[in-house]
Amino acid sequence: MKYISEFRDRKVAEKLVAEIRREAEDFREGCIRIMEVCGTHTMTIGKFGIRKILPESIRLLSGPGCPVCVTPDTYMDTAIKLSRMKDTVIATFGDMMRVPGSFSSLEKEKAEGARIEVIYSPLDAVDIADRHPGQGVILLGIGFETTVPAVALAIKRADEQKKRNFCVLSGHKLIPPAMAALLQDRDVRIDGFLCPGHVSTVIGSHPYEFIPQRYKIPCVIGGFEPVDILQSILMLVRKIARHEEPSVEIQYKRIVKSEGNIKARNIIDDIFCRTDSEWRGIGNIKDSGLAIRKRYKFLDAEKRFPVAVKRSGRRTSCICGDILKGKKTPAECRLFGRSCTPENPVGPCMVSSEGTCAAFYKYEGMR
Amino acid sequence: MKSEKILLSHGSGGRSMHSLIKNIFVKHFDSATLKELEDSAVLDISYAGSELCFTTDSYTVDPLFFPGGDIGKLAVCGTVNDISVMGAIPLFLSCGIIVEEGLETGLLERIAESMAGTARKAGVEIVTGDFKVVEKGKADRIFINTSGIGIRRRKTKTGRRLIKPGDKVIINGTIGEHELAVLSARNSFGITTGIRSDCAPLNGLIREILKASDRVRFMRDPTRGGIAATLNEIVEDSDRGILLYENEIPVTAKVSSLCEMLGFDPLYLANEGKVIVVCGSKDTCKVLTAMKKHPFGRKSAIIGEVVRDPEGKVIMETLAGSHRIVEMLSGSQLPRIC
Repeated sequence: MKYISEFRDRKVAEKLVAEIRREAEDFREGCIRIMEVCGTHTMTIGKFGIRKILPESIRLLSGPGCPVCVTPDTYMDTAIKLSRMKDTVIATFGDMMRVPGSFSSLEKEKAEGARIEVIYSPLDAVDIADRHPGQGVILLGIGFETTVPAVALAIKRADEQKKRNFCVLSGHKLIPPAMAALLQDRDVRIDGFLCPGHVSTVIGSHPYEFIPQRYKIPCVIGGFEPVDILQSILMLVRKIARHEEPSVEIQYKRIVKSEGNIKARNIIDDIFCRTDSEWRGIGNIKDSGLAIRKRYKFLDAEKRFPVAVKRSGRRTSCICGDILKGKKTPAECRLFGRSCTPENPVGPCMVSSEGTCAAFYKYEGMR
Repeated sequence: MKSEKILLSHGSGGRSMHSLIKNIFVKHFDSATLKELEDSAVLDISYAGSELCFTTDSYTVDPLFFPGGDIGKLAVCGTVNDISVMGAIPLFLSCGIIVEEGLETGLLERIAESMAGTARKAGVEIVTGDFKVVEKGKADRIFINTSGIGIRRRKTKTGRRLIKPGDKVIINGTIGEHELAVLSARNSFGITTGIRSDCAPLNGLIREILKASDRVRFMRDPTRGGIAATLNEIVEDSDRGILLYENEIPVTAKVSSLCEMLGFDPLYLANEGKVIVVCGSKDTCKVLTAMKKHPFGRKSAIIGEVVRDPEGKVIMETLAGSHRIVEMLSGSQLPRIC
């Protein structure tokens, strides 16, 4: 099991935990606050029970890095309205199916007869457009820097093939601006960042440099297996405990280069430009989203199928916003495990397999 | 067969239906009882000291043929296994088929052949059946229902209430192949995975298990919902729990890698040739040895044990040396964004 089993080795994991304990022994309970920004990290932490083997001094906070979780109601409502239009096919990743909008979900619309197809790769959506020449295929473009190049590629291909029945509803978001927004929030206290490995494959390590420079907080770009995460935590704890100069380090060296993937970034820049974007539970963040450039406007669902969506006045006691910022844990939410469950999610953090609430519910038995 | 497609008239009760049934089902199923084409099969099951086991299941799968199996094989194995895990010997099956108008007759015949072949291997006889055709669009090509009858010695007692702390949990091999084989065959991933379904009749293996020990407390085949669902069903509402050892659960590298790619967890993937056996710890060795000798049990492993605490829950000792809860699946596993 190359590249999996080595990073799930129990003996190595135990050694790393012992080392972390040694480094953190002088700290009181909950004093070292480490935020894992990425949803896949949250999943691994839950799946392998990592929270429980760490010393009490270390508190792991889950950040805003689950693309489904931060997608606002307005986006979902737009997608739902598009699915109700005649002769449209919605192409989407599976996780979006059950995300509640303000009045419905794609799963419910599908049962009502809307054409919604679950895809595994954005290029599948272009193929769907090939197969249904009489229908408008709308790809839901959701995801961070990891997913954007693949969506950009789908747009590029559709452009080259002069496809007129394909377009993308871009809800893409960028991670570093969200981290900057978190750091400007006075109530958020973070001592170290476990930066997302896959996002960094594309953007490299430079976009995080402002964090140690301006905020004096160390960052480690970590992989997704238990040994990766423990080693990343050890690297952070060492920096913090020994008061070393904060910096951006790469633990996930087998995949991430400091310069990132230039080719992938070029295709992003070719297709998309930066724009302000609304994050669910956090609000509007400047330059944190990606819109399709004007020269590809015929592939932009917002231009092709303009629909009016009201800002939802939906009020629930869901505290997803505070959870996404690492201010609260799911256990502190009144709805968690009661009226909000994976079968019946109120907030998106419970829907997505990478959502903090779903991970806590599924793996940590907190109900 | 003259006609290459199934027409509505094939289900009308007339001559064409009769010839189709004879030329496909009676021919392949090759049963003296079925050949009589009576309204019911009359069966001799007067075994002294036995009780009857009776079960039914309906099958629909897309695509109809996938690496390692097809809907016909599935329809026989599924029902055979449901009887076998009760500690019974499956004897007779029924076969109800609903076909969508326009299905290729050759395809129907291949499915019937596969059912017949699987039944022969499993030593069961398909003794009665039904065949209907519905208009195009009213069904997805073919649906199959099979019911099965088996007999069980009166003294063979299994049941989830009989499990005790210290009992071991054994599985007969690697998990997750069936669901991934079917998904790959839909060509959803655009890659060749080389994963084959584990679909198999387990009555032979289970007979060996029961021969080896009379301390088998419970057996169940972990199909939809995977081993996570089955293990949770075992302890649900009881004062027992199950502790799983993640590093002992057999998973192939192919399944493990594909799961990582898709964001799936093998614990939740359907199997069609697996059985979970809970057995008294004294007999673990005997059972495991017997299982490993059987072709469908070569990779058998002890994957956990019954514990007193936590009650009604499944927990797992993870590869990182920690513990976590194993919940039943909510909804279905959906391929993720990144």
